[in-house]
Amino acid sequence: MRCIINGEMIDLPAHIRTVAQLLQHFRIHEKIAIVEVNANIIMKEKYEHTAIADGDRIEIVHFVGGG
Amino acid sequence: MDRYSRQQLFAPIGERGQQSIREKHVLLIGAGALGAANAETLVRAGIGKITIVDRDYVEWSNLQRQQLYTEEDAAKRLPKAIAASVHLRAINSDVVVEPIVADADARLIEHIVGRHRPDVIIDSTDNFDVRMIINDVSQKYDVPWIYGACVGSYGLSYVVIPNETPCLRCLLEDVPFGVATCDTAGIISPVVHMVVAHQTAEALKICVHAQVNRKLVSFDTWHGQYHMIDVHKLKKDDCPSCGPKRTYPALQYENETKFAVLCGRETVQIRPAHRGEREWTTLLSFLTKRGIQVEQNDYLFSFTVNSHRFVVFSDGRVLIHGTNDVQEAKRLYYQYLG
Repeated sequence: MRCIINGEMIDLPAHIRTVAQLLQHFRIHEKIAIVEVNANIIMKEKYEHTAIADGDRIEIVHFVGGG
Repeated sequence: MDRYSRQQLFAPIGERGQQSIREKHVLLIGAGALGAANAETLVRAGIGKITIVDRDYVEWSNLQRQQLYTEEDAAKRLPKAIAASVHLRAINSDVVVEPIVADADARLIEHIVGRHRPDVIIDSTDNFDVRMIINDVSQKYDVPWIYGACVGSYGLSYVVIPNETPCLRCLLEDVPFGVATCDTAGIISPVVHMVVAHQTAEALKICVHAQVNRKLVSFDTWHGQYHMIDVHKLKKDDCPSCGPKRTYPALQYENETKFAVLCGRETVQIRPAHRGEREWTTLLSFLTKRGIQVEQNDYLFSFTVNSHRFVVFSDGRVLIHGTNDVQEAKRLYYQYLG
């Protein structure tokens, strides 16, 4: 499956089907990330049940602490 | 008033806006890379007063990006708040600059905000413990604050307006911990300036009573990414910081990260506010990349940086051996563990 993630076309392994699996794939802790799929913000409790599809435009924002 | 003429020519500010900026008080928490750049921009813009809180001193490794400081400051190990105030007064003597050399804990921030009611608080800290304190104080005293943070070439910023926008706790279900820090993943100066450009633009808007940007902005200056997310849907009715039944958890002693000297052992113990299993993979890979050897068993891992040995238990508790100084332990803890 190919998705546009943070502006870049990325080929994802076939087993990644949900937002939760996507975050796990990129090793991003669910609780500190905000995810938008096709310009819709996804509530954290729905990560496991939100499917992603070929061609989806996904934005992942993760919080950092440096400064 | 030729000094501010170009800023006044900018229609959304104008002469009235400039006068309004002159009457405003900014509280800046942290005087590192973000703090130095925020302070310089606002002082040049003619802010009325700026209070700068920082517990640290200037080191050589700061000079690459912490724009206010000089080699002389590093050689003298001047406290950052003091060095910053000397340079800021030389830049603009119209501005009242108030340095506070202290650890920005809940009591201090609440004292300053409660007594002086600044018009805006700017976050230039390097850790989420302090950010959660700023977030709660902002709600309690109805003062807006502007989050800013960066690591590597990635940065983000967000404005919290009490009673209007979701607060930081609405956006974060957990405090990021053991993720990348400037001391594990590095940092380049351009991203600092991009974060500060967003923070100071929003601060000026607050000063002239203009509408702020309510979106969470994130960007990567190296990879050319920029994105804004409308987060209003994330406002939580049951948020303990901004909801109707708020308890301001970050202002309560039992929720503080606690630092204690273990007598006679040259060791400081840290008990983080947020207990529970942690994800350490990122930290471990950064340490390994930096050539720092990590020893691990089922219960803890440990590593040594310079003369300090860090022991991190699986419940999040940390021992730092090789110091009796709580302030030094604090600096090391946030530098390496975020």
